[in-house]
Order: sequence, then structure tokens, then C-alpha cells
Amino acid sequence: MIEIQNVRKSFGQLEVLKGIDLNVAKGEVVTVIGGSGSGKSTLLTCINGLEPIDSGKIIVDGTEVHAKSTDLNKLRQKIGIVFQQWNAFPHLTVLENVTLAPRKVLGMSKADAEAIAEKQLKHVGLGDKLSTHPTRLSGGQQQRMAIARALAMSPDYMLFDEVTSALDPQLVGEVLETLKMLAEEGMTMILVTHEMSFARDVSDRVAFFHQGIMAEIGAPEQIFGDPQHEETQKFLASVR
Amino acid sequence: MFDTTLSLTDVIFLAKGAGITILVTAISVVIGTVLGILFGIIRVQLGAVLAAPLTFFLDIFRSVPLLIQLVLANAFMGMVLQLQLSGFFVACMVLSLYTAAYCAEIVRGGIDAVPKTTRRAARSLGMSWGQDMRHIVLPLATRVALPSWIGLALGVMKDSALVYVVQVTELLKSTQILITRLQEPLFLLLICGAFYFIISFPLARFGGYLEKRWSND
Ligand SMILES: Nc1ncnc2c1ncn2[C@@H]1O[C@H](COP(=O)(O)OP(=O)(O)OP(=O)(O)O)[C@@H](O)[C@H]1O
Ligand SMILES: [Mg+2]
Repeated sequence: MIEIQNVRKSFGQLEVLKGIDLNVAKGEVVTVIGGSGSGKSTLLTCINGLEPIDSGKIIVDGTEVHAKSTDLNKLRQKIGIVFQQWNAFPHLTVLENVTLAPRKVLGMSKADAEAIAEKQLKHVGLGDKLSTHPTRLSGGQQQRMAIARALAMSPDYMLFDEVTSALDPQLVGEVLETLKMLAEEGMTMILVTHEMSFARDVSDRVAFFHQGIMAEIGAPEQIFGDPQHEETQKFLASVR
Repeated sequence: MFDTTLSLTDVIFLAKGAGITILVTAISVVIGTVLGILFGIIRVQLGAVLAAPLTFFLDIFRSVPLLIQLVLANAFMGMVLQLQLSGFFVACMVLSLYTAAYCAEIVRGGIDAVPKTTRRAARSLGMSWGQDMRHIVLPLATRVALPSWIGLALGVMKDSALVYVVQVTELLKSTQILITRLQEPLFLLLICGAFYFIISFPLARFGGYLEKRWSND
């Protein structure tokens, strides 16, 4: 379970998160929508401790992420994150991209790591690209490789930050399909997305962020069908 | 073309000089590169302000002519510290620091060229700072830095000719000794140049080979 309690975070003078409260239960799929600069990406990077917070708490399975005593490298093993930019390791093959962390972080043998990597790469439809270098892949394929790379650590949670935003339109579908598959398999996920029909499809709950505040959260039918907050209505009107 | 009095003994004498040049260069490049990587990483980690003293120290080695560094270091070691060090040792020491100073800049540039987002992706997989450095940053930085590093190594080899000022008889000094005796400057310099070329060529080719291999990845 991920518990976000009154989290505040500023970059210099700019307060980006103004007291966020959100609990995500095991198996739940929560999508986060909202305008540019509303703090969506910042929240995700706070959850796995890539960014420090100013006050409040984020607790993952009972471990307080920003406590001094927390071993972040260990915590991150169970929180996978995939970014808008797919961030392949260009000097490694697709297979090596995926086996690196299981081998070095989890201490798996090469054979074990490769077995897992192959399974995950097949899962995302890249079973025939194992020895290719990622620079030879399309954006959609690189993004799916990044998803397989995160999944190879067998995380309990997956965070996705606009993973389709940098893709050519015709490649968006294949990545969304992959995400949908994960959701159906019961992965606990927080997704930031601008794909509204996708959000409506996969989410258990949808959260709307506005200027560092979670203005509204509810079932997708409610958020998209009957938004309560004025800003939610404006935002949804603007993206339709 | 040349009617020479150069004997086999003289050629061996030149080859010995070449050997000294190779040795001084190899030692200095190896130590200088290790130190340079260390200094480069420290500079990146500390940031410009905290690393200012180190940067200043390294800038001295980059801005004072090598000849002056060699003479002053030799005098300092002998007269101030009262150490009886061989010229060879002083030469390697100064050239190593000289190499390290340039190498640190090259390493810093290489590390800076690795996208922050790539490093963040590595850390988000649970990799430690050291694992990120070892498996992601340094391999990628090496690809960026290699051409400059090859240039540096070749430069150090040519600059090593200056160590004659601390009584080390390397290739160029050996050549000058023979010129004085045989009075055949053009022919001897031609041979000397050929020696330098033979030493440099494999390194330059090796760099070209690596660059080509990596660009195919
Ligand atoms: N490292 C940083 N340093 C300074 N300011 C930052 C940093 N990261 C984000 N910001 C600022 O914080 C605000 C929130 O950024 P964030 O990336 O969380 O927004 P977002 O909701 O993800 O927006 P988008 O939809 O454009 O991705 C923005 O104004 C951004 O400029
Ligand atoms: Mg964002």
C-alpha cells in the first residue's frame, strides 16, 4: 500500500505540491490527470525517493520513503518507474538493459536474470529483439523495453509518467495495450497520462491535479461523467 | 639517398631512448588517467564551487609550461625536500600530474554528457551511486571522452621529449647526442620521427577502431 500524507514540496520559491493526500491500495490502478506544471511528475518522483519532500510523509508498505534510515536502493526494488523519455542504456543490448539491475542489484546469476528478462521482453512483445541495441528500436519498442526493464525487478508497484507522450501517434496504441495488460494482471499502478479514454478504461480511480493540489478524485465514471470541481470541468473541456 | 656512418650500436642507442620515451609515457598516462578519472568524478560530485581548490590546483598543471614544471619540481624535490630522487622518477611524477590535470577535464566533460534522465532511470531500478557510475556513467562517458583521451596520450608522448631537462635521456635527447657526434641532423631526425610515428600509430589506430565499433552499437 502507498500512503501519501499531506506532502508538500517546493522547488525554490515555487510550491509544486501543496499538501497531497492519497492512498493507493494493493491491486489498485490510479491515474493522475491535470494540466502542465500541476505537479504530477513531481509526485511520482517523490514516491520512490528520487526527489526529497519538504513536509508530510510517503509510506510504502510501512516504510517511510524519506526517513533517514530508509535504504532507498532497497525500497526502489519494489517500485518500478517508467518515464516519458524511455532512457534506454544505449551501450547495452536490449537483453542486457533488462538483466543489468536484476544481476547487480538483486545479485541474480546471469542465467536466472536472462530467463526473467526474456520472459518480460516476450511479455511486452520484444521477444525477437534480445540482442538488438536499443538505438535500433522504434520509440514504442524502446518504451516497452523500459517497461520490461522495470518489471524484471518484480516490483510490487509501477509508476508511469506520461509514457506515451513522446511517441509518434501510431506507436501509442502498442504501449497502452501493454499497460492495460499489466492492469488486468493486477499490478498496482499509478499512471500519469493525457490519454483520457485510456484513463477511463483502466482506472479504478482518477485523480485530477491542479496547481499542486489534488482537486478531485473519484471513479472514472464520476470524474469524466460528472466532474464536481470547476477546474476539472474546464480541464476536461480543454482536452476533449 | 643518405651516405651514413650510423652503426648498429647507434641504432640500439636510439631504440633505448625510444624505450625510455615509451616507459615514461606509459607510466604517466596510466597514473595520470587513474588520477584524472578520480579528480574528474570528484569535480562533478562536488560541483564547481566546492571543487574550486582542486580545479585551481589542476589549472596550474595545465597553464605552466611543462619544461618549467619539470625544472621547478626537480629543484623542489632536491633542494627543499632534500630527496635524492632519480630524474626518471621526477619526470614520471610531473608528467602524471600534467596528464591527470587534462584528463580530469576530459572525464568531467564525458560524465556531463551522460543525460541526467538516464542516470535517474538507473537509480530508479535500485542501483546505487557506485553501480550507476560503474555500469552506466563511466561506459557512456568513455565513448564521449575517448577521442580527446587518445589526443592527450599522443600529446603526452610528444611532450615527454622535455624530460631531458631532468637528465632523462629519452628518444629526442638520444637523437641530439648522436647528431652532435655524427653531424647528420636530417637523417637522424628522420629516424627519430619514424620512431615516434611507430610508437603513436598503434594507439591512434586502436582509438579509431574503438570509435568505429561503438558507433555501430
Ligand atoms: N527539478 C526541478 N527544478 C525546478 N523546478 C522544477 C523541477 N522539476 C519540476 N519543476 C517545476 O515544478 C512544476 C511542476 O512540475 P511537474 O513536472 O511535476 O509538472 P507536471 O504536472 O508533471 O506537468 P507536465 O504535464 O507538463 O509533465 C513545474 O512548474 C516545473 O517547472
Ligand atoms: Mg510531467
